[in-house]
Amino acid sequence: MMTGLRILLGAAILGGLGAAAPFTPLWLISLVTLAMSTGLVVCGLIILWRGGLVPFGQALFFATGAYTVALSGRWFGVTDAFLLIALAVIMAALVAFVVGFLLAQYREIFFAMLSLALSMILYGVLVKSETLGSTDGVNVAQASFFGMKPRGPGYTFALFWLALGMVFLAWVGVSAYLGSIAGQLAGAIRDNEIRVEYLGISVTRLVHLKLTISAALAGAGGALAALSISHVDPQMAYWTTSGGFVFVTILAGAASVPAAFLGALLFEIVRTIAVALLPGGWQLILGSVLLLTILFVPEGLGSLMIRKRATISEKGAA
Amino acid sequence: MQRTSVRACLARKVSAALLLTALPVAAVAQTAPTAEPVKLGIVSFLTGPAAGPFGIPGRNSAEIMIEMLNAGKVPAPYATPGLAGAKIVPKYVDEAGSTANQVTEFRNLVQRDGVNATVGYVSSGNCLAVAPVAEELKALTVFFDCGTPRIFEEKPLKYVFRATPHATMDSVGAARYVLKKFPDLASYSGINQNYAWGQDSWRDFVAAMKALAPKATVDKELLPKLFAGEFGAEISALLTTNSKIVHSSFWNGDLESFIVQNGARGLPARSTMVYTAGETAMFRLGGKIPDGTIIGARGPHGVMAPDTPLNKWFRGVYEDRFATAPTYPAYHMAQSILGLKSAWDKAAAAKGGQQPAIDDVVKAFEGIEFEGPSAKIRMAIGNGHQGIADIAYGSFRFNKAEGKAEIVDVVRYPAECVNPPANMTSTAWLEAGMPGAKCN
Amino acid sequence: MITVIAIVTDGLVYAAWLFVVAIGLTLIFGVMKILNVAHGAFYAFGAYAAATAIGLYFDRGWPVAGGYLAIATAAIAIGLVMGYILERVFLRRVYGRDEVVVVLITYALFLILEDVLILIWGTDGRSAYQPYTEAGSFTVGGLPLSVYDIGLVGFAGLLAIAASYTIKKTTFGRLLTAVIYDRETAAAFGVDVSRVYTVTFLVGAVLGALGGALTAPKISVTPGLGVEVIVLAFAVVAIGGMGSMEGALVGALIVGLFRAGAVHLIPQLELFSIYAVMALVLVFRPQGLFSRAQPRKI
Repeated sequence: MMTGLRILLGAAILGGLGAAAPFTPLWLISLVTLAMSTGLVVCGLIILWRGGLVPFGQALFFATGAYTVALSGRWFGVTDAFLLIALAVIMAALVAFVVGFLLAQYREIFFAMLSLALSMILYGVLVKSETLGSTDGVNVAQASFFGMKPRGPGYTFALFWLALGMVFLAWVGVSAYLGSIAGQLAGAIRDNEIRVEYLGISVTRLVHLKLTISAALAGAGGALAALSISHVDPQMAYWTTSGGFVFVTILAGAASVPAAFLGALLFEIVRTIAVALLPGGWQLILGSVLLLTILFVPEGLGSLMIRKRATISEKGAA
Repeated sequence: MQRTSVRACLARKVSAALLLTALPVAAVAQTAPTAEPVKLGIVSFLTGPAAGPFGIPGRNSAEIMIEMLNAGKVPAPYATPGLAGAKIVPKYVDEAGSTANQVTEFRNLVQRDGVNATVGYVSSGNCLAVAPVAEELKALTVFFDCGTPRIFEEKPLKYVFRATPHATMDSVGAARYVLKKFPDLASYSGINQNYAWGQDSWRDFVAAMKALAPKATVDKELLPKLFAGEFGAEISALLTTNSKIVHSSFWNGDLESFIVQNGARGLPARSTMVYTAGETAMFRLGGKIPDGTIIGARGPHGVMAPDTPLNKWFRGVYEDRFATAPTYPAYHMAQSILGLKSAWDKAAAAKGGQQPAIDDVVKAFEGIEFEGPSAKIRMAIGNGHQGIADIAYGSFRFNKAEGKAEIVDVVRYPAECVNPPANMTSTAWLEAGMPGAKCN
Repeated sequence: MITVIAIVTDGLVYAAWLFVVAIGLTLIFGVMKILNVAHGAFYAFGAYAAATAIGLYFDRGWPVAGGYLAIATAAIAIGLVMGYILERVFLRRVYGRDEVVVVLITYALFLILEDVLILIWGTDGRSAYQPYTEAGSFTVGGLPLSVYDIGLVGFAGLLAIAASYTIKKTTFGRLLTAVIYDRETAAAFGVDVSRVYTVTFLVGAVLGALGGALTAPKISVTPGLGVEVIVLAFAVVAIGGMGSMEGALVGALIVGLFRAGAVHLIPQLELFSIYAVMALVLVFRPQGLFSRAQPRKI
């Protein structure tokens, strides 16, 4: 459970990062902002993964969030970053709530495949939309922040601070959810659903809730990515994008929420270094990192962080 | 086949390594440079399906152009070394990966690696995504191969240029050539990949045909998935029509697969095929392409290029190094780098030979006219940021005696005949029936 | 009329291709419970190996018929080598781990193999059209068809029969069935599960490579070939029921005919066809068309 002390500590760390921004190279700030957007999606995947569910189509909600930002600006002239993100979160959660009636019935690989099918259908629709530039996508107008319109490096900073704020909210919120009874039941669902049903709890409704929460986070991630890249395209809904999210989730492990963000950051850094080192073979490096992680750090990088704490608490429990 | 390509690849790597070590010496010896070297980002597909046909020829073209410019060996008017005497140091980046990756890597190039300018991008999506970032960072960027007209039509840009004409002229040129060959065309069909390039190409072609031959109707409009590879059903659908003409903007893998598959089922005997980007495949397929197939090269490039000293030189050095003829992406890269050099040298000349600031180069680039290996490029539209040039179309013929692919009946259309004027978007121009087109 | 003939033949040809690609995937999933993303790599390597073999073969001017043998040999060789290495070096270490983790292992291997492919064969496309073009064509009801395509349909049919025979009538097939139903019980009865796994993976790899090899003469073999195939094969397998051979066959037929119908009648739908079919089937049959009821473990 979250204690007030940990929340303060987390806020202090994020605040420190925010304060350090002006002294950090701009390219690194952009990179971290983008990594945070992936981290938000991965946060949502952790909620699902703890319940034994791995969607290969989380890009559906990611792209929904991203396109909501792009189109709200384009069609309705919404420019406020906070409003845009709120809209994106609502849209993504709404989509998840609707498809959830179907998707929540499924488990294991069928859950994965059906979510993949849904995201690929969105991909198809976006590719077909010639007014939205088809595969070329559309630009996202620069956002404003409570009426302020920072430009140049100021905009990069503003987005970074916004990302930190979102990370903080996601971290507190997801930790609280995972600590709640609904969250705690995830492991039980993963182990044996029927037993959970015998407790008088609807597993389908629990899964539906988990899906909606994870979609809201994916929508937030998509919105942040859209603002940070200033461009959206259908590739955001393609299955390889979903694959990338699952990749980072495995890298990070389901053990801890901060690990989602560190994992996303590590992934982005490994990728950019790989591209710089070996322009023609960066996938090779990326794949090898994933392979080695799974083989030698089976519980993900997060497990390295909390292994120590876990041993202590186990001792305490014994 | 395999062994030679591995060897060529090795040779390329070795020569690149040698080049890296030899360059500083050469530069010192020849120019005694007072100027700091100019760092140039080169972004192009090095992996993935677009690497073979576009990315690698573009990258290779950049490699020799930069090497030759540094050595001052490019023929006149580019015989002065480097960019206004400053040595060019390239940094190559892979264009494969998501748009987010491209934007990140572009920021890395500009802000981390401190490149002075960037030349690159094959994918229109990447060009559209990078353009606003280039503006934000005030980073001089020259797109070399992407085709979408939207880049400068959606909003004016200051730091972004594209010497290569946009894709509208491919479709307009194709329509004009088709109607020259088939003046009484009653109906036609199209098969294009279901993504932005394919959809735009087909839409522009139909619009141009409407303007030029209002009576011709569309039979079948097929848009298979990108990289589908298997076109059996589409070929059957085309076989059931009476179209004299089938338009296709397919490229590389899909194009070759389609040619082989439709050849095996006798489609070309019923309809003449029009491949607007066919030039990259014609040497590889040779006799598999039926005579009379209409071939485009997104400009008067490759075999359709005129016999100028610059072109002869370019083909020579390219073939020497890479043991293959340069295809149009190689020409696109070469003319983009030459455009950058023209602007750079002009800006330097205005400052009495001093190295220019980026803003000076940008000012000099606007509206500039310069010779590319295959055509004169005029940065005439998009507020002087978008180049226009002539385009050529021709008919394929396989020379059995020499076992060589040839293009005959080449028609070259002047730039003003196939490009919109400065004050109109390409869609508006096509819909209005291409007013003001000057074809003679 | 010609449209009907076209839809049926085009649908069958596409279905045959889908079936050959999907059968290896469903076999590996049925027996080993591994959703093998690296199947796309088997396909791509099979295609490249076949293209190389065809190139070498026809450069020597040998008779056309033997070219088909060259394709098969290349596919089997590369499938065996890759399957063996992947199973022994990597998968063996993760048996018993979470299914998703194993999927991710194969995903990582797929990423790596994509680049290895470029390191071996370069980025230029490869072509080996002789077996396809030399096979010629014939006309049915005014519609020219390729002999090679129809041959593929025949091959897929034979493959379906052979697979069904192997599973139902041979000892190995019975062992396989035992392992599919319950690995632990099978092991308790003395089935060498580890050997069954190895053989299954090798067969699956060879089938994947064969799918690529048989496609190679029809297409330009380019990098990125495998990515396109994986999702299609997944969809077919999900429609048919994970791990079911009959399911793969029926799934391939449904998707093939649906897609051909879409191209001829409503081309706008082609892009969605496979996913729409998949979503529809899963809505009504959540476990796919041919799947066994799972026992409730309380």
